[in-house]
Amino acid sequence: MKSILPIGVVLAVIVALWYAAAVWLNAPWIEDQAQRAGEPAPTFSQLLPLTMNQDRPVLPSPHQVVSELVTSTFGMAVTSKKSLVYHGWITISATLLGFAMGTGLGILLAIGIIHNRAMDLSVMPWAIASQTIPILAIAPMIIVVMNSMGVQGLVPKAIISAFLSFFPVLVGMVKGLRSPDQMQLDQLATYNASDAQTLWKLRLPASMPYLFASLKVGIAASLVGAIVGELPTGAVAGLGARLLSGSYYGQTVQIWAALFAAALVAAGLVATVGAVERRTLRRMGMAR
Amino acid sequence: MMLVALSVAVWLGAWALNVRLSHSGLVKSRMGRLVVPAIFGLTVLLVWEGMVRGLQVPGVILPPPSAIGARLASEVPTLWADFRQTFVKGALSGYVIGCGAAFVTAVAIDRSPFLQRGLLPVGNFVAALPIVGIAPILVMWFGFDWQSKAAVVVVMVFFPVLVNTVAGLKATEAMQRDLMATYSATYWQTLLKLRLPAALPFVFNGLKIATTLALIGAIVAEFFGSPIVGMGFRITAEVGRLGLDMVWAEIAVAALAGSAFYGLVALIERRVTFWHPSQRT
Repeated sequence: MKSILPIGVVLAVIVALWYAAAVWLNAPWIEDQAQRAGEPAPTFSQLLPLTMNQDRPVLPSPHQVVSELVTSTFGMAVTSKKSLVYHGWITISATLLGFAMGTGLGILLAIGIIHNRAMDLSVMPWAIASQTIPILAIAPMIIVVMNSMGVQGLVPKAIISAFLSFFPVLVGMVKGLRSPDQMQLDQLATYNASDAQTLWKLRLPASMPYLFASLKVGIAASLVGAIVGELPTGAVAGLGARLLSGSYYGQTVQIWAALFAAALVAAGLVATVGAVERRTLRRMGMAR
Repeated sequence: MMLVALSVAVWLGAWALNVRLSHSGLVKSRMGRLVVPAIFGLTVLLVWEGMVRGLQVPGVILPPPSAIGARLASEVPTLWADFRQTFVKGALSGYVIGCGAAFVTAVAIDRSPFLQRGLLPVGNFVAALPIVGIAPILVMWFGFDWQSKAAVVVVMVFFPVLVNTVAGLKATEAMQRDLMATYSATYWQTLLKLRLPAALPFVFNGLKIATTLALIGAIVAEFFGSPIVGMGFRITAEVGRLGLDMVWAEIAVAALAGSAFYGLVALIERRVTFWHPSQRT
């Protein structure tokens, strides 16, 4: 509760700075127009409202972005190509599909790694090293190659998302599945528990906090993957396509609206994972 | 078919070798820890080569590693120019500016609890957002050349470094700060002699995360428009021409540059924070 006031102040300062920047960046265009029309340069009070509502401003003012966001979210039919719900859904579905694939693969491989020493020694160094590689660079190639094999639409984007969410989940899960200490493992050994039983009854429950920590990283990365995956196909559909077509046609308001929509989607997805995390950990008695 | 069978044989052989190695005493040594992953990497390359040639996968879908290697060797001047444009001019300058700005901001807001409570949640929130989306806007503002890429990188690396540095500046214990107070140390003396050194492990954590982000930002920003040089430009252009061996060569350079950059920062970390428990071996 104590932090609401400071956050509010910071956000207010950001909005105020944004308005100031909008005036500063958009004013040259107005002055230029006035000069061409042979009129005297507008005074500051004339200038102010003009910088707020341009069609193609250098920096759209916050209320322009919000109104664009609202009209393109609620004001359009959901099936319309101008609706952000339509584009957002395409991106979200690719994100979720890729996230599910990446998480599933990551968990399976992590289970394999902790049970097989050879796999651990050969795969883990590469999995860790892969975190330092800009994997996103392969996005255009995957899209085009899948396209040439006749696979289009959701799946190529989901594969990029899966790639990006796979490694954080793998690394986090290996850590988590190894988190039970020797005493607990010995206890299960005295019960004559098999490897599978140890996995189900001790390792998997113990790994949950690690799993959720990496899921939060993974889902944010998935969304970035889906958005970037929409770029090389040339602005067909999705939030990334809105960004790209906005940048082609100079529709700055559209870019900002798509950017905010993407931010809202990201916040929503991370918050959902966080809510599931809190519920699960509380039910399991691990809540901090 | 011969090649397919051969690569399956190579795979099985290397697998058996790795299983034996990992159960032998060799892995206790440092050598063994390097040998096993190296064998795995080599096997992947060999199987890739064998499968692509054996099954006659067309080069526009997946070129064999040998073709990629040949491309890598023959296109060194182009790759070097792309590397300089994207990495040295775009990513590196943005990285330095962004990390520097984040560091200074962190030290500044550290003095004000009010700002900390206000800025940190916002910073944490922004760090989870798909910031690459800001690339088209910055490309519009700063033009197609490296300045816009550096700007994207600045925005991308700023928040992770900021959040980590602020967390690091809190890492000292009350006892240690009290000791500095009994020495009647000024704010700046405490900062320089106690709190900054104590914050370094956290700062380096942020810096290491930022290395990958910097390269991603610089490459993705080029998808939105660039001069006719640069890694992101080359990738999209060669994908359009189905010159996939060149794309893979470019990706190999990006991977090398990314790992080397990360390794360099990790090396500096080892030298600077040698006293930290995680660095003692």
